[in-house]
Amino acid sequence: MVNWLNQVFLFLDSFAFIVLAALGLAIIFGIMGIINLAHGEFILVGAYSTTLAVTKLGLPLVVAMVVGAFATAIFGLLVERVIISGAFPNWLAQRTIGRDIVEPLYDRLADSMVATFGLSLIMIQGARIIFGNSMDQIATPFGNVSYGSFSYSTYRIVLAGVSIGILAAVYYLFTRTDYGMRARATIQDETTARALGVDTERTYMATFAIGSGVAGLAGALFAPIAPMQPTMGSDYLVEAFVAVVVGGSSAVLGTALSGGLLGAIQAMFSSTYGTFFGRIALLVTAILALRFLPDGITGFIERVRTRRQEAK
Amino acid sequence: MKRPSVSRRGFITAGGASLVAGLAGCTTENNQGASTGGARNSDVVRIGVLEDQSGNFALVGDPKYKASMLAIEEINANGGIDGKEIEVYSRDPQSDNQRYQELTREMINENEVDVLWAGYSSATREAIRPIINRNEQLYFYTTQYEGGVCDKTTFAVGPTARQQLGTVLPYLREEYGPEIYTIAADYNFGQLSADWVKVLANENDAEVIGEEFIPLEESSFGSVINNIQQADPDFVMSMLVGANHTSFYEQKASAGLDIPIGTSTAMAQGYEHRRLDPPAMANIYAGVNYMEEVPTESNTGDGGFVDRYFEKYPDAPYLNEEAETNYFSTYMYKKAVEQAGTLEQPEVIEALESGISLGTERAPEAPAGETIELDGATHHVDHHMWILRADEEHNIEAVDDFKVPEKFLSETVGCDLREEAEQTQYTPVDFYEEAE
Repeated sequence: MVNWLNQVFLFLDSFAFIVLAALGLAIIFGIMGIINLAHGEFILVGAYSTTLAVTKLGLPLVVAMVVGAFATAIFGLLVERVIISGAFPNWLAQRTIGRDIVEPLYDRLADSMVATFGLSLIMIQGARIIFGNSMDQIATPFGNVSYGSFSYSTYRIVLAGVSIGILAAVYYLFTRTDYGMRARATIQDETTARALGVDTERTYMATFAIGSGVAGLAGALFAPIAPMQPTMGSDYLVEAFVAVVVGGSSAVLGTALSGGLLGAIQAMFSSTYGTFFGRIALLVTAILALRFLPDGITGFIERVRTRRQEAK
Repeated sequence: MKRPSVSRRGFITAGGASLVAGLAGCTTENNQGASTGGARNSDVVRIGVLEDQSGNFALVGDPKYKASMLAIEEINANGGIDGKEIEVYSRDPQSDNQRYQELTREMINENEVDVLWAGYSSATREAIRPIINRNEQLYFYTTQYEGGVCDKTTFAVGPTARQQLGTVLPYLREEYGPEIYTIAADYNFGQLSADWVKVLANENDAEVIGEEFIPLEESSFGSVINNIQQADPDFVMSMLVGANHTSFYEQKASAGLDIPIGTSTAMAQGYEHRRLDPPAMANIYAGVNYMEEVPTESNTGDGGFVDRYFEKYPDAPYLNEEAETNYFSTYMYKKAVEQAGTLEQPEVIEALESGISLGTERAPEAPAGETIELDGATHHVDHHMWILRADEEHNIEAVDDFKVPEKFLSETVGCDLREEAEQTQYTPVDFYEEAE
């Protein structure tokens, strides 16, 4: 019984970690065709600004987390305008030399990877120069639940609930709102969407800001439990990548499903064989998924659905 | 036939690039010889310092760099070494072992340093040691480490696992009981330290009832905490390393795991007791030769080491264990050169091997306390060790302190570098059954 509870808590812990780490990456990749290698550093922006809001401004933790998420969204917006779409450099160039100088990075996977990788290096070193090699850390709230000789951090269980809440919110945003409809139209067929009056450029801009904000929120939520240091982002990037590879291109459903699958695998292996094998199991799953489900779980579901419809 | 040893080392160096560099070094030297009339400008002492100011180990490497600079500044202000001013060559290796190798070659072949301080991790040390060996470069490695390096030109002056763990483990066994759970970083330092815990447990009538190795990039410790609770040991020995592993302490506190922890890595290097909100580090015992809080007159007294360090670096966050080692070993080198009367590395090594000791309780060169003695046979130091405990508010109190000689190389291995010029790293598995 006790062991079973341990497994459930570990599963919830891994699930929350994977979903929160991956969702921002999945939104930006799934909708804009941009692989954001600076995703980990967006999480860092959220975590740092939350921590600073608590330690320097003395804000309550929840408010600080909202500040962290918004700061990252604004930062993401700037990155999109300057680097991803190149709108700002082009605007300058139009006024000085009379022509565009950069092509937007939408749907250019390899190019977007190189650009954002460079951005991530700059951000890591920038964080080091501005804030030093470490920061004071805020304590984990809520205490713990204990059962028998075991106990577990309450905050980590709360995180699992919060991550499901965020998934639901993002699902609602993309399926039930005007913006969501425009965003989906833009992914399906950008030219037609534009012909029908959708401002695709604004959609991209908003989507990148939302993805960044979600990454920042993840950082904000991890601020009380993760080490605050300039390279903290790389921790999340691997997990996020594995989750997106396994989940497929559908942001919400893919992240939820892969978070569930990978979380279960990691919890099972790390509680039985230790942390090291938990990680190995995660990576082996990614390899198997790449081999047998090249489009991820959601790609597979999509394929099965199409085949059924054809059979009818 | 009296050629300076530096150019001889340059010639010996294998490989195209370094051969060319060596030759270049030789020609400039001849030019210099013509103009100054000596074989080489020997009015200065060239000291190379390679410590991480960025990258993974910046948090712990930057204080080492700063402490070296402080020692050099102090020595220069007091007339230098034997009347010669110190000239520093320093680059940032960015915690990258490949860059360490390049820069080590550069320091030796181009800058022709008389002595080199370099590297935080054991992996770095092992990456550059072949280059150092090939060039017979006098080299100080100053991090606390797993122990066992018996090398003619290397002086591993930080405390070893046997010294650090051997300080704290017997105390915890007396206080709390015989059952130990080991958690360690999964690389050579952690693995060998865990072996040492087994050896020391055996010597102190204790037992390791569980051990777990954790990858360096892991920052989620839920299952580790559960496993410790399941095993229910009397205390935990933690050799976790690096910023990611810092989360363990926060997580075990928030999970309500309340257990005494002995460590050779936490607090003294990455000052977790300052960075984390209390009570994450409550009831953690560090077995170390130095922390900023060590209550000796020459350390925390008026005008002591701590005062001088923060006067030079007012914005520095903490004065860590390895910084002190860089500091006193620079003085150790100064003493050896003055004793040898030359900068020639073989002679300086011989002087060091004669057994240099530093400081008394009030002397500036030994902030850790009492005398610091270099054991000439093993090139290791008999340290003054401390057991330092953090309380609920993260205040540090000294529980106990005593002199601990380095016993593994001298007694168990029988390494005597004055007799035989070896370049080996010995591990406990070769000598103790229980370590296997």
